[in-house]
Amino acid sequence: MAQEAVSAGDAQQAGWETIVTDWSSDKQTFRVPWGKAMMWIFLLSDTFIFTCFLTGYMNVRISTTMPWPNPSEVFGLEVGGVSVPLLLIGIMTFDLITSSGTMALAVNFGYRRDRGRTAALMFLTAGFGALFVGMQAFEWTKLITQEGIRPWGNSLGASQFGATFFMITGFHGLHVSAGVAYLTIVAMKVLRGDYEKKGYEIVEIAGLYWHFVDLVWVFIFAFFYLW
Amino acid sequence: MAAEGQQHPLKIYFYIWGLLFVFSAASYFTDFLPHNAFRQGLILLFMILKAGFIVAIFMHMAWERKALIWAILGPPIVLLVLIGLMAVEGDYTELKRLDFFSKPIAPTGAHEAEAAR
Repeated sequence: MAQEAVSAGDAQQAGWETIVTDWSSDKQTFRVPWGKAMMWIFLLSDTFIFTCFLTGYMNVRISTTMPWPNPSEVFGLEVGGVSVPLLLIGIMTFDLITSSGTMALAVNFGYRRDRGRTAALMFLTAGFGALFVGMQAFEWTKLITQEGIRPWGNSLGASQFGATFFMITGFHGLHVSAGVAYLTIVAMKVLRGDYEKKGYEIVEIAGLYWHFVDLVWVFIFAFFYLW
Repeated sequence: MAAEGQQHPLKIYFYIWGLLFVFSAASYFTDFLPHNAFRQGLILLFMILKAGFIVAIFMHMAWERKALIWAILGPPIVLLVLIGLMAVEGDYTELKRLDFFSKPIAPTGAHEAEAAR
């Protein structure tokens, strides 16, 4: 297979070709599809980025001498004249958990080669993701226009609140948006039958990304909104 | 049909899905508790449970080989060191600030002069 091709070709190769050969050779460490190992490594690097953001947030929240705005009130919603704490954020959390479940099912049906159900579940997942981004846009609009919260300051307390909030939720929202696009593209290709020969690992790989986005939200929810 | 890749009974996904809903609801309700160590403990508990089930079951980490598990879950352990260092650093910065702001500062006009430069 590729192994023989590599050793046969080694002698004649020079320069850039050797780099391509080495990176595409069959030296296998992880007994999973290449794409899946790469997705995991990408997610590992993303873990470091998000942890750095959250650690930076922790540091400025600890070190500020100004009172930290109470997220429970800042993100509360009025329902019929009654103020419910963190309502919108709670709904967003359930929305993402729901989308994680539909994604897990999509992966399962993908491996069963049930194209219709796989694509339908992936579109549904992307739909929940789009809904999440929509709710986030609503949240940002409310915070910017009504509460007057800016990255450089606000009237509720520590100015670092705005800076860390927009940075962290913004970066997460960007991930969700990218995920919606990614899932939609893969779902369309599934429906078209592009993976009939290659197999349906791609659905699991896309699923890994999506679950990761949900995973990050678990930490943001705990540390930014609840703490 | 022959199973390929990560194929598990649907039941387990529905079960974990349900659990995640329960944990989400539980963590939402911690918001109604007063701010103290008990509340923070519960927040961390539900966070870890949710994160653990997502990674282990939904992301199939529980069924992967050890080589992959350690390559992915090992490196983030160093992040705990960063978090620890930054927590200590944050406390120190706050103390320094409190100390600084509690003292009478610079002669009148010094700040304006600084800002004008």
